[in-house]
Amino acid sequence: MTDLTKPQDSKSSNLQFGLLFGIVFGFLLQKGGVGKFHVLIGQLLLEDWTVVKIMVSAVIVGMIGLYTLHSVGRVELHIKATKLGPNIIGGLLFGSGFALAAYCPGTNIAALGQGNWDAVVVAMGLIAGSYLFAEMSSVIGRTIDNWGDYGKLTLPEVTHLPARYLVPLLVVILTALLWAVEKLN
Amino acid sequence: MKLICLYLTVLTLPAMAMAAPLEPVDPLDYRGGAWSPYLVGGLIGVLSWLTFLLSNKALGASSQYATAAGALGKAIAPRHTTSLKYFRDNPPKFGWGTMLIIGMLIGATAAAITGDEFAPGFLPEMWVDRFGEETFLLRGLTAFAGGIFMAFGARLAGGCTSGHGISGTMQLSVGSWIAATCFFIGGIATAFLLYRL
Repeated sequence: MTDLTKPQDSKSSNLQFGLLFGIVFGFLLQKGGVGKFHVLIGQLLLEDWTVVKIMVSAVIVGMIGLYTLHSVGRVELHIKATKLGPNIIGGLLFGSGFALAAYCPGTNIAALGQGNWDAVVVAMGLIAGSYLFAEMSSVIGRTIDNWGDYGKLTLPEVTHLPARYLVPLLVVILTALLWAVEKLN
Repeated sequence: MKLICLYLTVLTLPAMAMAAPLEPVDPLDYRGGAWSPYLVGGLIGVLSWLTFLLSNKALGASSQYATAAGALGKAIAPRHTTSLKYFRDNPPKFGWGTMLIIGMLIGATAAAITGDEFAPGFLPEMWVDRFGEETFLLRGLTAFAGGIFMAFGARLAGGCTSGHGISGTMQLSVGSWIAATCFFIGGIATAFLLYRL
């Protein structure tokens, strides 16, 4: 476990894994149709449920594996801090940008791979917006960033349900959600 | 405040451009994904196990645009860029995440070509049906503004649809569930303004 915690970002074997995982991820996003403008906008208009189906299935499969591997000490989790202010304000801003652009930062790459050249402009906007955020990061760090900071918080902690009960429960709930989405459309 | 003004301006652009009335569109009239969403989602779940197991990393995309912004900034205005808090905390460097993005482009291109879905063009089909043929400037503006809002929002929230929406939620992070919910609330509200008014 010791070497897991050390950053090994630039190690060439790790770079190769990054490339390999990227190829698979990009391939899957395009095959899933989520590089397509109308599929993404269709989800935000609550008419095409492809995005939710992909995300929820990924979460179901992912959480079973990650929590199983974690319980036997094979993986570390990378939990981001829960900060109500930034999560909510940033989340809403992100969402409105998502509807304007139609491609999100990941699916933008899938769109580009399909030949949607407007994704190049979205990427330029993403780079500009990142710099704008960096420009304001001192002010944000002193203000919004501290609103409602709960640190690394997980659902098992909040619900007082250990992951070995909560994960199966969530699998049932999320599967029911997928079933409902399938039934209602 | 500046952001809110920019936001309102961008949202009213389509309205101002409405020389001709906007056409109603149905997203389901167009070709969807080639593979079952459940298969794709399940495989992304399995892929997540592997990124954690073999690279000790979670899938995420948005921070790489910040890396690009930092690298560009360092080339143009090195002193100013390195003085910014975000880039001091997150020095832009080429790494696993950059390779992930390069791989994604290769993988998506391969998927599009093998599925006979590589269709080069600037205006998406449904966009043309909604806003018209000669709308390059309008699409350029919404795409650019959308990018700005997404990047700013993702950096503030701590991730995007991949980092929070998929990787964070599957780790049962409370903040990720909140952020992902807000992505959809903001997105649904804005999409209805743009496509259903």
